[in-house]
Amino acid sequence: MKKIAFFLSVCSIIFFQSCKEHPLAVSKIEGKEIKVTDSIASNKELDEFIAPYANHIEEEMSATLAYAPKALAKSDAKYNTAIGNMEADAVMEMLQPIFVSRIKDSIDGVLLNYGGIRSTINQGNVTTKTGYNIMPFENEAVVVRLSAETMQELFNYLAENQTAHPIAGMQLILNKDGSINKATIQGQRLNKGNTYYIATNDYLQQGGDHMDFLAKTDTIINMDYKLRNLFIDYFKKKDTIAPVRDERFIKLEK
Amino acid sequence: MKRKTFIQNTASAGILTGIGGLGLLSSSFKIPAKHITILHTNDVHSHIEPFPADDAKYPNLGGISRRYTLIENIRKENPNTLLLDAGDIFQGTPFFNFYGGEIEFKLMSKLKYDAATLGNHDFDNGIDGFNAQLPHADFSFISSNYDFSNTVLDGKVKDYQVFTKDGMKIGVFGLGIELDGLVSKKNYKETQYLNPVEITQEMTKKLKQEEKCDLVICLSHLGYKYDSDKIDDLKLASKTKDIDLIIGGHTHTFLPKPTVTKNVEGNKVLVNQTGWAGINLGRIDFYLDEENNISADGVAIEV
Repeated sequence: MKKIAFFLSVCSIIFFQSCKEHPLAVSKIEGKEIKVTDSIASNKELDEFIAPYANHIEEEMSATLAYAPKALAKSDAKYNTAIGNMEADAVMEMLQPIFVSRIKDSIDGVLLNYGGIRSTINQGNVTTKTGYNIMPFENEAVVVRLSAETMQELFNYLAENQTAHPIAGMQLILNKDGSINKATIQGQRLNKGNTYYIATNDYLQQGGDHMDFLAKTDTIINMDYKLRNLFIDYFKKKDTIAPVRDERFIKLEK
Repeated sequence: MKRKTFIQNTASAGILTGIGGLGLLSSSFKIPAKHITILHTNDVHSHIEPFPADDAKYPNLGGISRRYTLIENIRKENPNTLLLDAGDIFQGTPFFNFYGGEIEFKLMSKLKYDAATLGNHDFDNGIDGFNAQLPHADFSFISSNYDFSNTVLDGKVKDYQVFTKDGMKIGVFGLGIELDGLVSKKNYKETQYLNPVEITQEMTKKLKQEEKCDLVICLSHLGYKYDSDKIDDLKLASKTKDIDLIIGGHTHTFLPKPTVTKNVEGNKVLVNQTGWAGINLGRIDFYLDEENNISADGVAIEV
């Protein structure tokens, strides 16, 4: 009997070792995508959990902040657009008092990007949702200090691209051939030795849209203000959102 | 299998057939084949509710409540199911802007997600914003190539995790995309990005050789495919070994079916991604069997 027990334990060792050496391996794989359609019932408990949050968001989002007498789209015009001017002017108006109190200096100009205008503003009520639509991203306002030479690069960039990037505090007039006819900031031509505070957003400052000149700075001031919130606050401040196209960035016809 | 029962049951066979019984032993005690189901999402981007009926692209699609029903039904069919997410849980609807990710994590916990990796947008409220929501997540975060040791996430994100389902060990590791240039430094702070290929070699060695995992899954937020040299899921698959499945994200790629590609040893690797916004749920079923029952031409893949 002793012998048998020994034999069995040898057997079992061999068995378990062989089990270890020959583990299960993948024999077949099936893969598919399951579309989540309305034919799948929703779960009552989850719906009840979500509803109060969704309702609160809906209430907040549909709150009327201002009124737009007519629709505004970035495709409305070339070089400068009413909606782009509104965005750049809003940044100037909302940031300036914060900047003045924090830095004891003032913002000279604003530069945003055309691609960053993410939606049109419809004619009618301007709501919190409008703010989310035109600025769905989390980007924050920053102010950089630029030399006159770097400011010249900024104007050259605008002249070369001939895109209606929103600007404020600056004027750029191009000749018919695209060369610069006149470039001013706060009504003055660039003055060698001067520095200029330009407000933009962190995405552009960090190289977005290849506005590389915005990185050529010795001073970056983060304003801790999301652009979306800035626009929403601007809408709250105004009764009517009726910006116009003007002469801030134009190309002469002759 | 209980060892005692085994000895009793085989006693007669052992006595009768002696040494010759060994062959009989190993074949007559076949471990039943196993079935493991992997469910996965990526880039859900705070899409908690379905797209509205008038949406131009995805009318009436998605919604986490429906996803819950779907997943629960699959779990009833096969309890040996893992539920994973490949990152970018945050950002995309006001749910995130209003509540900072709390609702997303709470709902994923209700769906009993097992693990997720971090996408670049999960840093949108900064690493501190992510950290603040972590108490709401009853599931693991796994990232192998982000070194969080000098951040608030130190010790809170796992390098890898081994799950056991029906006795099968499933090793999961996670890969994140390079943050520099994509996420503001202010948001990712001292997070160090480590080379995904090198980390994968380390992780597969650990999971396959040390942990002896039956399946190895990579949760990746690298992106499906780039024409440039930038690392992507397909390149990763071809440069490494011992991964069974790469669950991808970031590029919002809708694949008509999972991609079957080859690893550095010429073995098949599955790469899958389910688009974004919770429009689809990915499902991969692994059937495991004794090696001698597997056909000579390798794993049968039905996609």
